[in-house]
Amino acid sequence: MKYLDEYRDPALARRLLDEIQRTATQPWVIMEICGGQTHSILRNGIDQLLPETIELVHGPGCPVCVTPLETIDRALAIAARPEVIFTSFGDMLRVPGTRDDLFRVKSRGGDVRMVYSPLEAVHLARENPQREVVFLAVGFETTAPGNAMAIQQARAEGLENFSEIVSHVLVPPAMEAILSSPTNRVQGFLAAGHVCAIMGWKEYEPIAAKYGVPIVPTGFEPIDILDGILKTVQALEAGDATVHNAYLRAVKEQGNPAARTVVDAIYEVCDRKWRGIGTIPGSGLRIRDELAAFDAEKKFDVGGISTEEPAVCIAGEILQGLKKPDECPAFGKECTPTHPLGATMVSSEGACAAYFRYSRKGLS
Amino acid sequence: MSDAANMDGFSCPLPILEHDTVQLAHGAGGSLSADLIDKMIVPRFSNTVLDALEDQAVLTLPAGRVAFSTDTFVVSPLFFPGGDIGDLAINGTVNDVAMSGAEVIALSVGLVLEEGLPMADLHRVLCSMEAAAKKAGVKIVTGDTKVVGKGQGDGIYINTSGIGVVPEGLNLTASALQPGDRIILSGTLADHGMAVMTVREGLSFQSAVESDSAPLNGLVKAVLEACPNVRTFRDPTRGGAATTLNEFAQSSKVGIKLDETVIPVRPDVRGACEILGIDPLYVANEGKLICAVPAGEADAVLAAMQAHEFGADAVVIGEVVAEHPGIVAMRGALGAERIVDRPVGLQLPRIC
Repeated sequence: MKYLDEYRDPALARRLLDEIQRTATQPWVIMEICGGQTHSILRNGIDQLLPETIELVHGPGCPVCVTPLETIDRALAIAARPEVIFTSFGDMLRVPGTRDDLFRVKSRGGDVRMVYSPLEAVHLARENPQREVVFLAVGFETTAPGNAMAIQQARAEGLENFSEIVSHVLVPPAMEAILSSPTNRVQGFLAAGHVCAIMGWKEYEPIAAKYGVPIVPTGFEPIDILDGILKTVQALEAGDATVHNAYLRAVKEQGNPAARTVVDAIYEVCDRKWRGIGTIPGSGLRIRDELAAFDAEKKFDVGGISTEEPAVCIAGEILQGLKKPDECPAFGKECTPTHPLGATMVSSEGACAAYFRYSRKGLS
Repeated sequence: MSDAANMDGFSCPLPILEHDTVQLAHGAGGSLSADLIDKMIVPRFSNTVLDALEDQAVLTLPAGRVAFSTDTFVVSPLFFPGGDIGDLAINGTVNDVAMSGAEVIALSVGLVLEEGLPMADLHRVLCSMEAAAKKAGVKIVTGDTKVVGKGQGDGIYINTSGIGVVPEGLNLTASALQPGDRIILSGTLADHGMAVMTVREGLSFQSAVESDSAPLNGLVKAVLEACPNVRTFRDPTRGGAATTLNEFAQSSKVGIKLDETVIPVRPDVRGACEILGIDPLYVANEGKLICAVPAGEADAVLAAMQAHEFGADAVVIGEVVAEHPGIVAMRGALGAERIVDRPVGLQLPRIC
C-alpha cells in the first residue's frame, strides 16, 4: 500500500540499523516524545533490534495518560447529567477517574457517545437544540486545531448548547521540564511528528541550544523512527545540538499557519497540571475568557471533587523517562489493561500498555 | 450494494399486508401474528417440518454425536456492504456448528422485532436469511417471533440455534494442538468488522469494504475429506484471529508463532484499519476459519481450501511450538517478535 509499505521496508530498516550501529561509538539515551511512536517501537520490536548502545526512553506524549485525574472526574460528573450528551474520542472512554470511567457512566444511563471529530459533536448540538452537547477536548498541538474549529463553528452558527472541557497540553514546556530536572537522563529527542506538522520546528531550536540536545522531528512508521534515531545519533556523535527534520513529508519549518491561527483565536496558553508529573508553567491551552460560554467547566458547576491516585503507580516517573514500565512492582500483577492503576496502562498509547501488550514476557 | 430481495436469481416480492410497519399486535398471538407468520415468514423458509407449524420440530438424525450451538445477532446497522443481519444470523450459527466437523442439519430462528420496523426491511432480512440457508444447505425447522415497543430494541434482533451431527470417529478439539502443527487461515482478515465499522462511522472509500459473511460448512467438509487428522477448526468472529489463536494456545498449553508478513488483509480493509488505528488481528470475520493441522498434511489442506470458493486465499500463517506455552507470538516484517495478546474490551480508535 502506497505511503505505508515503503516506510516498513525490511531491507531499508536493516540498512538503517547497520548505519546506527556503525555511527554509535558510545551509549546514548534518546526519548521519543509521542505515545504513537512508543506504540510503533514496541509493536515493531525496534527496541529489540537496536544496538545495545542506544537506549530508548518513553516520553510524556500520550494525551490520555497526562490528562489530570481532576479533569477526568469533572468530565464524569458532567457526563452523568441528564441534559448532557457527552462526546469524546474513543480511547478516553476507558480512562479511569477516581472511582469511575465513561463506560460506567454510560451503563448507568449517561448519554456518552464516541466521535471521530469534534465537528461531529457540533453536529449533535445542531440536531439536539434541547440538549447540552459537551466535548472532551484533550490532546497535544495536533488535535488542538480541530477542537478549536469546533468552537469557532458553534459560535458562527450561534449554537449555545455546545461546550468543551479543555485539557490541551503543549510539548515544548514538557521537554524543558524533563531537561531541567536534576535526574534527567535524556540526551536527544525524537520530537512528535504530528505536533510538528502543526507547529513547525522553529520553537525547538532555543531548547536544543539551551540544553545542548539534538531534537529530531520524527514520524511513526518503522523507517521513520529508525531514520529519526540515526539522525539523532549522528548529531549526538558530532556534538551538534540543533534541530534536524526527519519527517520531511509531513513537517515544514513553518508548520501549518492556518491551523495555528484557529487555535490562537479560540485558546490561550495557561499553566497546566500533567497527570503523574505535576503543574508545568505555560504548558497548556484553555478557552479564552471572551469565549467562556463554550467552556463546560464554567457552564456546569462540578466543584467539590477530590481525587486520589493509587500510591503504588509510578506513571509519573515513566512519563519523565526515569523508569521503564517493567520496573514497576505492580506491572502485570495488580496493574493490567483490564484493571489499570494508572493512565499509562489504560491508553493504547501509554508506555505500560504497550509493554504489556507486546513484550510482557521474555520470548526466545 | 446488491438488492437482497433478488439474490441468486429468485424473486422475492414483498407480500401485501394490512400494515407497512411492525405493530405490537404482530407479536400478540392473534390474527395479526398469524398474518405475519403465514405471509412473511413461512413462505421464506418453507419445508415439511416447519410448515406443520407445531410447537416444536421433530427431527430424525443420522448416527453420530449431536453438535448444538446458539448465537444472537444484534448488529447495527442492519444492512451493510456484503450482507445484512439476516445472512449473518444464518451463517454465524451454521459456522459455529460446522467447526466441530458436523454436518449441519437444521436451525431455529427467534426474531425480536421493534415496533415500527418497516415491513420492507423485515422482508429484506427474511429474504437474505432464505438465500443464506439455501446456500448453506440447511433447513429452518422452528422459530418464534416477538415484538417489543418502539425504543426497546434496535430494529431486529435475531437468535439462531443450530444442530448438526458429527460423523463417528471425528473428535475435533482446541486442546489437541501439537508442537510442529501448522496454523492455516482460510482467507483475508477483518473484512466483516471493517465493513460494519466503516458504515457505522460514515467513512467512505473508493470501493466499499464488504463483509465476508459466508457459510463454511462446505469448506470444513472439503478439508476433512482431504485431511481427516485436522486437530481443530474455529471461526474467528468477535475478538478476531488473535482471540481464536490465544484460545488454541491456552487450551493446548502450547505456543504459537505467526509470520506477520504472510497474513492476508485486503488493501481497502488495511487502509480502513490504518485510518482508525485498529489491528486487523482483533477485528471480526464472518466467513473465515482457522485450523491447526499436522505439518505433513498442511499442503493437502491448503490445496483443498484453495480449491473451494471460500478458501481461495488460504495460507499457512504460523506453527505450533513447545516454547512459551499459552502465548501467541508474531514475527514482524523487520524480524522482531512480539506478543499477540487477547484484546481488552472494545477496540477503541485512538485520539491521534
